[in-house]
Amino acid sequence: MKPLEGQVRIPSGCAISAVIAKDGARMSGRTVIESMKPMHERSNGLGGGFAGYGIYPEYRDLYALHLFYQDRESRRQGEELLRESFEVVQAEDIPIRKIPAITDIPIIKRYFVAPLQSLLSRLQLDEEEFVVRTVMRINTTLDGAYVFSSGKNMGTFKAVGFPEDVGVFYRLEEYEGYSWTAHGRYPTNTPGWWGGAHPFTLLDRSVVHNGEISSYDANRRFIEMFGYQCTLQTDTEVITYIADYLMRRKGLSASETASVVAAPFWSTIERKEPEEREKLTWLRTVFSSLLITGPFSIVLGYTGGLMALNDRLKLRSMVVGEKGEKVYIASEEAAIRAMEPEAENIWAPAGGEPVIVQVKEGAF
Amino acid sequence: MKIIEANGLDCREINEAVRQSDGVCEIRGCLGQRFIAAGAGENFRLTVRGVPGNALGAYLNGAEIYTEGNAQDAVGDTMNAGRIVVNGSIGDAAGYAMRGGMILVRGSAGYRAGIHMKAYREKLPVMVIGGRTGSFLGEYQAGGVIVVLGLHDDGKDIVGNFPCTGMHGGRLFLRSRCERIRFPKQVHTHLASDAEKQELQTYLTPFCEAFGYSLETLLDADYTVVTPDSKNPYRQMYVAN
Repeated sequence: MKPLEGQVRIPSGCAISAVIAKDGARMSGRTVIESMKPMHERSNGLGGGFAGYGIYPEYRDLYALHLFYQDRESRRQGEELLRESFEVVQAEDIPIRKIPAITDIPIIKRYFVAPLQSLLSRLQLDEEEFVVRTVMRINTTLDGAYVFSSGKNMGTFKAVGFPEDVGVFYRLEEYEGYSWTAHGRYPTNTPGWWGGAHPFTLLDRSVVHNGEISSYDANRRFIEMFGYQCTLQTDTEVITYIADYLMRRKGLSASETASVVAAPFWSTIERKEPEEREKLTWLRTVFSSLLITGPFSIVLGYTGGLMALNDRLKLRSMVVGEKGEKVYIASEEAAIRAMEPEAENIWAPAGGEPVIVQVKEGAF
Repeated sequence: MKIIEANGLDCREINEAVRQSDGVCEIRGCLGQRFIAAGAGENFRLTVRGVPGNALGAYLNGAEIYTEGNAQDAVGDTMNAGRIVVNGSIGDAAGYAMRGGMILVRGSAGYRAGIHMKAYREKLPVMVIGGRTGSFLGEYQAGGVIVVLGLHDDGKDIVGNFPCTGMHGGRLFLRSRCERIRFPKQVHTHLASDAEKQELQTYLTPFCEAFGYSLETLLDADYTVVTPDSKNPYRQMYVAN
């Protein structure tokens, strides 16, 4: 049997990119696939993936669950559990294109579901919390079944392979979204497998990440106290759960979340204006276990917007550019030029300085 | 002059085409190909159009490179001799461990410009940045000269946080009084003397020639000179000694 993530250490680089239309105009997945081509060398073929927002308008009120199954038995168990928990409005294969670059394909299914109201009232849970718990239950208790996307009107697509091939494999040119993120993987510590490719998604929040989290175990131990289970055996997963915890459960804004995970140094906080200083001190003190150390550049996607963020020491590269209503973010300027040759205002955000882009109200 | 269309070529093919030329080349439509002109010697003169990838001119050994727009990370990584002129801005870690030659940038530089630059006997690496730089300028600098001119117009400080962290050799010239900038304890700062400004001319003249600035205007300002306290550089790193 091939070793799984966590059983072997492979000493990295990764590629991330994103594009978002502030006016909500929908773009096919082709644009973001192009961005991955000039950054080919940042990946090694052991993982590629994409998240698209606004891609399922016809099912906008249903949770779109994307699952990998290892075999027919895990699928049977998975579907049984889904039927117990949800009204399954639509169940289908995620369309793929058979190409030689992508092999060892698991069973890949997609379900559009609504939580059963009777269950919600009995468990006294809101919809989102119920979905989170069900995702965790599948990922921890069902051997060989993984939910890798669980938001509304968005979807994650990932595989083992180079990202530009993964995009072709999933026929992403057939989807249209107002925001896309992408990732090319160069696994740092572990072999690549389908569940370990980025983005990592919970509800509508997805994370693509270039880097390595030194504080992983400290972050994991803290977040596990709140019912999150790290099952995919790679560090990035924990950022997704931190974002869900801070933004959904604690109600923090994107920029406040950035001040927690990439908290400024105390010496930097000291020099801020009193009000700002007090807030930053509070965030850093209350959520000290959620400070993420080690090198990272991430793009956090969510309904209606995204946030790009570097670690505070800026040990990974990230560049931002604009053209008209579109904002482009990538590990390298070349990737932005591949999406939009005429991109303007190219700049590199400072370490810990979040770049938050919102789609105009009502435009998605 | 040989024209190399970069579209569809990877870095090996581009560098091979450069090697096969008589030395004077123009690379067009560059899009992220790394290591352009890596190790190239004195006979080469390159113009790059488009966006060159990381480590442009790595290990450069005498060649001259002119880049029309921006360049990405690690420009002139470990370069030994030659000149890299960037008519835009550059990414992080420019001149990483360079020990000779010159890097001239019209715009700004990212984080860690001049990290671990070093000098050796007759070798003196020089980097001149027209705009501002990110944090950790001159990190672990061991030798050479970095000049930052602050000609940017985005209102930000001439240098980000934590400049000169771990600096133990070389010098920095910042065209500013640097009143807001916090330097670490192991470096000294002073305003440039007339003699130092005289020396500065040597570095600024090629910058002015490359980008059309007036030497008199650039010199007519206060420069903060930063040097390491080399009397006892490791004092209190582990224990007081």
